[in-house]
Amino acid sequence: MGEFAAFTILSLLILIPAVVVVTSKNIVRSALSLVPTLLGVTGFYVLLQAEFVAGIQVLIYAGAITVLLLFVIMLTEGGAGLQVRQVNEQIPLGVTAAVWLAFLLLLVFSRTTWPVAQRGNPPAYSALAIGNAFMTDYVLVFEVTSLVLLVSLVGAIIIARREE
Amino acid sequence: MQVGLGHYLVISTLLFCLGLYGVLTRRNAVAILMGIELMLNAGNINLVAFNRYVAPATVSGHVFALVVITLAACEAAIGLALVMSAYRSLETIHVDEINVMKW
Amino acid sequence: MAQYAWIIPVLPFIAFWLIVFFGRRLPGEGAYVAIGAMLIDAMLSVGLLVQALGGAHYQANFVWAVLGNRPLELGYQIDPLTAVMLNVVTVVGSLIFIYSVGYMHGDPRYPRYFAYMSLFAASMLTLVLANNLLLLYVGWEGVGLCSYLLIGFWFERPAAARASLKAFVTTRVGDLFMFIGILLIFFTIGTLQFDEVFEAVEGGRLAGPTLTLAALLLFGGAVGKSAQVPLHVWLPDAMEGPTPVSALIHAATMVAAGVYLVARTYLLFFASPDHTALTVVAYVGGITALMAATIGIVQDDIKRVMAYSTISQLGYMMMGLGVLGYTAGVFHLMTHAFFKALLFLAAGSVIHAMHTNSMKEMGGLAKVMPWTYRTMLVGSLALAGVPPFAGFWSKDEILLEAFHHNPALFVLGLIGAFITAFYIFRMIFLTFGGHLRSAAHPHESPGVMTVPLVILAVFSAFIGLVGAPWWDNPFHHFVEFEAAGGAAFDVGLALVSTAVALAGIFAAAAVYYWKWISSASLRTAFGPLYTLLVHKYYWDELYARAIVRPTVWTARQLRTFDVYVIDGFVNAVGIVFVWLARLYRLFDLYVVDGAVNLLGWIAKTTGGVLRYMQTGRPQNYLLVIALGVIILVIGGILR
Repeated sequence: MGEFAAFTILSLLILIPAVVVVTSKNIVRSALSLVPTLLGVTGFYVLLQAEFVAGIQVLIYAGAITVLLLFVIMLTEGGAGLQVRQVNEQIPLGVTAAVWLAFLLLLVFSRTTWPVAQRGNPPAYSALAIGNAFMTDYVLVFEVTSLVLLVSLVGAIIIARREE
Repeated sequence: MQVGLGHYLVISTLLFCLGLYGVLTRRNAVAILMGIELMLNAGNINLVAFNRYVAPATVSGHVFALVVITLAACEAAIGLALVMSAYRSLETIHVDEINVMKW
Repeated sequence: MAQYAWIIPVLPFIAFWLIVFFGRRLPGEGAYVAIGAMLIDAMLSVGLLVQALGGAHYQANFVWAVLGNRPLELGYQIDPLTAVMLNVVTVVGSLIFIYSVGYMHGDPRYPRYFAYMSLFAASMLTLVLANNLLLLYVGWEGVGLCSYLLIGFWFERPAAARASLKAFVTTRVGDLFMFIGILLIFFTIGTLQFDEVFEAVEGGRLAGPTLTLAALLLFGGAVGKSAQVPLHVWLPDAMEGPTPVSALIHAATMVAAGVYLVARTYLLFFASPDHTALTVVAYVGGITALMAATIGIVQDDIKRVMAYSTISQLGYMMMGLGVLGYTAGVFHLMTHAFFKALLFLAAGSVIHAMHTNSMKEMGGLAKVMPWTYRTMLVGSLALAGVPPFAGFWSKDEILLEAFHHNPALFVLGLIGAFITAFYIFRMIFLTFGGHLRSAAHPHESPGVMTVPLVILAVFSAFIGLVGAPWWDNPFHHFVEFEAAGGAAFDVGLALVSTAVALAGIFAAAAVYYWKWISSASLRTAFGPLYTLLVHKYYWDELYARAIVRPTVWTARQLRTFDVYVIDGFVNAVGIVFVWLARLYRLFDLYVVDGAVNLLGWIAKTTGGVLRYMQTGRPQNYLLVIALGVIILVIGGILR
């Protein structure tokens, strides 16, 4: 019961700001409404007993990325005001595509029988398990991802550098 | 009432489609990036949900979700750097005005 | 010796080809090669004559073609008649060739002249040596061709071109009859060899009307070639050719070929029932002799006088053969060859000096051109029939035979003799007597021209003596036709003919030398007769109206047909194809090119439409992707 209530609240927390994100005329408002969405997702992770992922989500997403977005909005003219039209001419088709896709995916999901496991307990310390996994089964993924991080760091600096 | 896998899937689907809508219809480049973040998060929810309900003893879903978060961060960084650079050259961040490659 | 007789026609033939290919590079620009061939031939002929005198006869044959089961053989023969003809052709020919060196000096086509003359000699010798009608016909055509080429030698002159054509066409008419005659003989007997034909006649296989018809058809060829009436019209015009040509071809040899033909095939004429064929021959000859002589009186062109004289003398020869005077006719052929060639060459000498043919502009040349004058005088006396010159013996023999066999023709011949003497001495007096009537400065011709004249004059003077009665007329025994017999020499007749000749000379002198009667008064006195003679009895006009005009008209109609119908048809075909081509062009342009262009247009239009997809905005692309995914999913669900 309690789980369901938490789930419902968190869902609303995710979806309503998400709607604001994609429809607000004020770019700052939409950037800021991203935060509750991300926090709601964090709640979901906790509910799903993925504590480590939830922590990382807060750190990276709600923290770094949102700040990054706000910085860029500030540096560009994003916050010019409400007079600027924020949506383009694809609205009808875009709505159609999104709605239809949602409808279809839900249809597909509802018709599929998922192989839900009857038993099995999640590990007690997910961080420990994840760390082990990274160092053993997924070590290649780990290394490549770190490389990608490095490259994107350097790349971002180079791309955003002011030409002198 | 038990929260089943399906519930999470519904939420993630809706989130994904909202994100898609945002990507398709917003003029501001940063708003598009925000829509992309929403879509990535929807994917993450799926991953973790499946991990919990299909293979709870493993952590592969978590690992994958972490990788996705990391890559999302990289991509956001690069993307925003591009937006900065484009803003400097083209004086605009409304993507429908950037159509030099049109016919 | 006789087995090498085939060399005789071959030598000039080789000379012809040598001159054709090497011309100017040969010694004397070809002249010496031609003369050399003829001189060798002359020597061979003399040798053969000696052998024939000894009674030798010779024949050689080879098979040329086989028609079914009838083989065609060609070959040659040597008998007295052939020997005489060979000598006439080669001796007179050699002298004329030598004379030509001087006469044709400086002519731009000098080598070509000697080439044609050599070819003529080869053909004539072939004709004379042939032992069958086919080979004779080959030679016959050859001399006809060379006559055409040589008459029209100076073809830049339209008169010469027309004359050569007239000669060829007129003799062609005669040749046609001759060929039909040859075919008739071939299809009746199956052979053309003379000895076999004669056997057939004696054996009766070729007799009666067929024989007469064959003989008369052959005579048709002789009428054409020997310029008898009515095919005589080409010979006067043939004088357009160089004078040595006139001398050789149209006096001494080619025109004598007709006489030779009749003599060679005499048995056919003799065996024709009631001597029908011979009578025709005799009367044709007699009429020709008189008619041509009368025309000769009023000619002002010195060569035309000679031409009509030739026609007349040929008539005498035919008449002689016709009245069973076989030997007389052949004898006259031989003597005539010498003195007529002499007269022509001398006339050529005069023309060469005076640069004109017209006797009206001549006169008083006796002192300036002594050798020409003397030799021409000898020739004229021979022609007139004054003893002891050659013409007397032969002409007298003809008159003798006529007297015995056909008195009417005898009278004709006698009148002709008077006129002959008249016209030839008219020529002498007009040319050599009196004073020069023009402003020219003539001089004697060079030795290369006068020496042959002298040689011919010697022949003209003495050759007749081989037929003299003092030593029993050896010629008659040499060349004779046994069945025809021969009349004995009659002194009375000889005196009559001599008197007639002298009377003619006297009459000519009276009008033209002493001028007791002026020629103008004669002209007015005999007005209508004069007009008739000047227009040559209107033969040319008759032919022009009756034959030439219809032929030309027919040719024009055929030409119209050819141009409008045949060419029109061809052009129509062409036009049809042009239209078809135009249709094809349209097809190609619109259908084929259209198809190709259509492809291009499709690509362009498709591209033109599809390019609008490239908006440059990734959001549009993403939308398409999303829609595509939706469609795929729907597809997946429905399947």
